Amino acid sequence: MTINWQAFWLTVELAVVVSAILLVVGLPLGYWIAFSRRRWKFLVEAVVALPIVLPPTVLGFYVLVALGSRSPVGRWWQSLTGHTLAFTFTGLVIGSILYSLPFAVQPFAASFSAVDRKLLATSALLGASPLRTFFRVVLPLSVSGVVTGFALTFAHTMGEFGVVLMVGGNIPGITRTVSIDIYDQVEAANYASANAMALLLLIFSLAVLTVVYGLNRRKLNQRFMTASTVK
Amino acid sequence: MRSNSNSKNTNASLNARIQKKLLGGECDFTLDVEFNASPGFTILFGPSGSGKTTLLDCVAGLTVPQGRIGVGERILFDSRTKTDVPVRLRSIGYVLQDLALFPHLTVEQNVEYGLAHLPRRERKDRSLARLREFRIDHLREQRPSQISGGERQRVALARSLVTNPCVLLLDEPLSALDAVTKAKIIDDLRRWNSDHQVPILYVTHSREEVIALGERVLVLENGRIIAHGVPHEVLTAPLQESIAELAGFENIFEASVWLVHEDRGTMTCRLPPKEAGSFVLLETPLIRAETGTLLRVGIRAGDILLAISKPEGLSARNVLPGRIISVERRDVVVFATVDCGVEMQVQMTLAARDELKLKEGQQVWLVIKTYSCHLMRK
Repeated sequence: MTINWQAFWLTVELAVVVSAILLVVGLPLGYWIAFSRRRWKFLVEAVVALPIVLPPTVLGFYVLVALGSRSPVGRWWQSLTGHTLAFTFTGLVIGSILYSLPFAVQPFAASFSAVDRKLLATSALLGASPLRTFFRVVLPLSVSGVVTGFALTFAHTMGEFGVVLMVGGNIPGITRTVSIDIYDQVEAANYASANAMALLLLIFSLAVLTVVYGLNRRKLNQRFMTASTVK
Repeated sequence: MRSNSNSKNTNASLNARIQKKLLGGECDFTLDVEFNASPGFTILFGPSGSGKTTLLDCVAGLTVPQGRIGVGERILFDSRTKTDVPVRLRSIGYVLQDLALFPHLTVEQNVEYGLAHLPRRERKDRSLARLREFRIDHLREQRPSQISGGERQRVALARSLVTNPCVLLLDEPLSALDAVTKAKIIDDLRRWNSDHQVPILYVTHSREEVIALGERVLVLENGRIIAHGVPHEVLTAPLQESIAELAGFENIFEASVWLVHEDRGTMTCRLPPKEAGSFVLLETPLIRAETGTLLRVGIRAGDILLAISKPEGLSARNVLPGRIISVERRDVVVFATVDCGVEMQVQMTLAARDELKLKEGQQVWLVIKTYSCHLMRK
C-alpha cells in the first residue's frame, strides 16, 4: 500500500489555484448577476449553471478541442509558448475553472442579492461609489456566501475526475490528480493503495468543509442577531 | 449646466415638479406634485399610501420620475434635458423610515461613512462633534443591534447630517418613539437647523408631530397636494382618513356638527346625528366644517377616564354621566362598556377596576378631553 503524495499535493495545488482564480473572477460575475437589470441576464445565468448539469466528459471534450492546436486559442497559445495547452497543468486549471464556476458564482450572487437594498441606497446617499459600496457594505455582509463559494470550489476541484481525464490525461507530477490515481490503482488491481488514496481524499475534503462550515455558522449567527434587532 | 458642481448651496430652496406613475397592484397610482421648500422644516403630511415616501425617493434619486428637481440654481433632475445627477453626487441627506444603519459597523463607523473623502483626523473630529451634539458619543463602539430605538434614530440622523447635505429628507423618523424621546430629538434637529439653514422635508402621518414642529405643512392625499400652509390652517381641514387609521379607535360614532366656536378653536358635535331621542354633546377640536356636517368621531378607549362620583374642577371639557353595562377583562386590561346615551368602551387597569369596585348598572361619569376626540369626514 502506497500513498501517492505527489498526486495529492498536485491536487491540492490545483484546488488552491482554481479557488483563488474563481474568487477573483466570481466576485464581479456574481455581483453582475445579483444587481444587473439587463434583459439577457438569464442567458448568462444559464451558461454559468451549465457545468452543474453537463457531464464532465462533455465539458472536458470541448475544453480539449478549444485548447488543442486546431483551435484559434490553441494556435495562439502555441505560437506564444511553443507547446499546446492540452495535457498541461495550465490546461487543467482552465478546465477546472469552467467546471467549478457555478459552485463559486451561485453562492456569491445569492448572498449579494440577500443584502438589504436600502443599505445600498443609503451608501450611495452618503456619497459612496458602487465600488466602495461593494467593499464596505456588500462584501462584509456576504462573508458567509463568499466563504461557502470558495469552499465548494475547493472541494469540488479536489474531487473532480472527468474534466481532468479529458483535458489533462494522466502525466505524473503534471496532471495526475488523486482521483485519476485512484482510478489507475483500481485498474491495476492495487485495491489497498486505491483505498489509502480514497480515504485520504475523503478525510481531507471532510476536514476542509467542516472547518469552513463551522466558521461560517458562527459568522452567520452574528449576522442574524444583528439583522433581527435592527429591523 | 451646474448639475455636477460640488458647491453646496446652503440657504438654497428645493423646488420640484414631480410626476411619477406607479404601476402594479390593483390600482395605478400617480404622484403629481409641484412645490417649493425653503430652508427650514416643511412637513409632508398625509395618510399612508398618499405618496410621501415616493416623493422623497424621487428627490433623492432612488426613483426616476418625470419633471424637474432643483436646489437653488443647481439642477438635480430634469426629464426634458435628460439631466439625472447620480444619487451619490446629489448631497442629499435621507433618513429612511427603517433607518438602514449598517449592521456590521459600529456607531462611529456608521457616522463616519459619508466622510471617506476627508483625512482621518478631520473625519474623527467631525463625527465626534455630531455624536456629542446628539448625545450619543458614549455609544461610539456599539453596534446598531446593541442600542435602543431612540439611539438608533439619533445615529441615523447624525450619519446624514455629518455630511452637511444641502437638503434633508426625513421619512417618519420619529414614528417609533415615545413622546419624550421624540421631543428631545426634535429639539436636536431644530438646533442643527438653526446653524445649517437647509430645506428639510419631514414626512409624518401624526397630527401631534405636525403641531410640535409647527412650520409649513403640505398635505398629500392620493398623490396630490390638497392643502398647504401653517398647521393651524391646514389641520382644520377635515381629512379623509383611511380605514387603517380608524383601526386604532375602539369608539367610533356617527356625529354631526352642532355648534362651531371659531374663536376658541373648538366645536360641539352631536352624537348620534339628527335622529330623535336622547343624544350626547361632545366638545371636539375645530375643523373646517359647517353646522350640520356629518362626521365620524373616534375616541380611544384608553383616552377616556372613568369616575364613580361626579368630578369637578377639571380641565377636560367633556364629562358624561352614564351607567355601566358590562366590565370585561382582556388579558391584563379591563374594558368597561358604559351607556351614556351612546355606548362607550373605557379601558383601565386591573387595579383600577378592583379599587373602584365596578359593577353592572352602577352610575359613573366619563371624562374626555377635547383633543382626544378625533374627527373624520364621513
